[in-house]
Amino acid sequence: MIAQGGRPPSDTPRERGAPRPPCPPARPPYPPALTRDLSRGPSLRVRLRRDRSLIIMTLPALVLLVVFGYAPMIGLIMAFQQYNVYNGMLYSPWVAFANFQQLFGDPGFWHAFLNTLLLFSVQLLLFFPVPIALAVLFDSVLSRRLKALVQSVATLPHFFSWVLVITLFEQFLGGAGVIPQFLRQHGVANPIDLMTDGTTFKFLVAAQLIWKEAGWNTIVFMAALTAISPSLYEAAAVDGAGWWRRTRHITLPGLKGITILLLILNLGYALTFGFEQMLIQRGAVGPGAAEVLTTFSYIFGIQQGDYSYGAAAGLFLGMTSLILILAANKVAHLFGEDGLYRR
Amino acid sequence: MNTVPPMNTVLRTALATAERPAWQERPKPATQAAKSGTILLILAFILIPLYAVTLTSFSTQASVNIAGGLVLWPHGVTWNAYSLIISGGVVGRALLVSLGITAVGTAFSMLVTILAAYGLSRAGSLGHRTILMIMLITMFFNGGVIPLFLVVSALGGYDQYWALILPSAVSVFNIIVMRAFFSNVASDLIESARIDGASDWKILWRIVLPTSRAVTAVVALFYAVGYWNSWFNILLFMPADSAKWPLQMVMYNYVTEGMSFAGTGMTNVGATLGRQQIAPLSLQMAVVVLTVVPILIVYPFVQKHFTKGVLLGAIKGLCPRGDTC
Repeated sequence: MIAQGGRPPSDTPRERGAPRPPCPPARPPYPPALTRDLSRGPSLRVRLRRDRSLIIMTLPALVLLVVFGYAPMIGLIMAFQQYNVYNGMLYSPWVAFANFQQLFGDPGFWHAFLNTLLLFSVQLLLFFPVPIALAVLFDSVLSRRLKALVQSVATLPHFFSWVLVITLFEQFLGGAGVIPQFLRQHGVANPIDLMTDGTTFKFLVAAQLIWKEAGWNTIVFMAALTAISPSLYEAAAVDGAGWWRRTRHITLPGLKGITILLLILNLGYALTFGFEQMLIQRGAVGPGAAEVLTTFSYIFGIQQGDYSYGAAAGLFLGMTSLILILAANKVAHLFGEDGLYRR
Repeated sequence: MNTVPPMNTVLRTALATAERPAWQERPKPATQAAKSGTILLILAFILIPLYAVTLTSFSTQASVNIAGGLVLWPHGVTWNAYSLIISGGVVGRALLVSLGITAVGTAFSMLVTILAAYGLSRAGSLGHRTILMIMLITMFFNGGVIPLFLVVSALGGYDQYWALILPSAVSVFNIIVMRAFFSNVASDLIESARIDGASDWKILWRIVLPTSRAVTAVVALFYAVGYWNSWFNILLFMPADSAKWPLQMVMYNYVTEGMSFAGTGMTNVGATLGRQQIAPLSLQMAVVVLTVVPILIVYPFVQKHFTKGVLLGAIKGLCPRGDTC
């Protein structure tokens, strides 16, 4: 029902083209000079015939996005209903803002909100500088082979799933893991189980993120480093600047642009941060430490079956995230960066 | 004809990249040691877990017992965990399911993405701005998990394999990355092909694709890794039917969450092997190894294509769900 309602308007060219096939269509006319800017020349009909196949090519992607992207957006109206599976969206009773009133009066929701911000900030403080430091370190390695080796090993965990990363952490840090075993054998009576400890969880989250993504994020900074002219370093060295002063006055300023950009983009995704990572560990650590807005919406919506309530949380999340992303881009533009899109 | 350069010049040119620039001072031994130490530490942090997991998966129960957990030093080596997996049961089937979903999904995603990217890449073509805008909006706002779940359920996707492929089949971000590369393909080449009567389909297949191998490889890797690693989609659309689960879900339930293999025939098979009993931990770690190996196989081939352009775009990190790409 939803899928049909949202059908893309560009279906027409295929229908119009359909009766043709028997004889192959004549080559569509082009403006005489074959200029790249074709937009002003021919009429709409001619352009439609000329670009028919291009439009057809985009249809599969469009259909998928309409069904799995736009239809759910329309489905968000259920946040204003008391949605019931048996009645469906058409016949479920409307409750206006009742779900949102309940949501904003729910201490669990506010806890999830604050916890998202807490986990995000700790992660930002501990994780964000690491790729920059690693990039400077890798860049100082002279041997090409060693550099390539270290880089490819450091990048590898980016391609592991969160389930895998958390399993590895569990095998090393968890109650029966390698490190607590070792501590027990060497006289520590009760080493804490970092995988289930709520108070240290924020640091665990940052550590997992560093293990998985630091190497990958290094690549952008490495690219920025290669853009710095070596003659700057040479001139500075000739003038007597040591390693630290060269790093401080040439390397770091050279990384400023990309750093600001990545920082801003990161902030834009603050509220949707770490969904799978938290969901997997929520059971072991407990919702007190691991609940974030995205898991809150999922748990209440799907697991507890209160679709409307979960959708209300989801709508709130989507809207605030959208505002954050747009604001982040605005800030990026103020800094003279492109951001996600250009102005 | 004495043109052969002296040996040490040859060596020096071969190692030229490894030479310290003249202006750079030699680092103090302490600095050098600290640097090497840090690099070794980084390598160890990543490689030791992989080594321990692999070794444990090949270990006998006795050696797991001696270690009291992951095996870091080999005592007894056995193939049992793997032969058990190959002989059937939940893990073997999950492996096939995962491989199938990844292969089919990646092929489908690439088809859709390549077509859309080319369809949007010709400057001045009718409607490409509008279509691009329609696609871009989904990157900034989405309905979230619950309406998606209801849409897929309404289409009959609950417990169906297509529900693990279609909803995440198109990444607008990947379309944009490819489109950027496609619009840079030499336009005179395309125009001359057009004059010779080639259709857009032919141009895409014969000219644009062969000249865009790097970006195609990288985008295919992104999709394949996405399908291979996807876990939440299974939790959402296929939570109950353990016989259908792909590998990630099996790993989550039997390894991460430590559920027993009971009811799947796993423990029974282990018990009937008698004295040489399978260590559950070695079996668990074998599952972990199975999820890593395909990535390790593909990674070296694609890694060299991580060119600046693709990565710069990729790391700007436009994943629709924020952190999972």
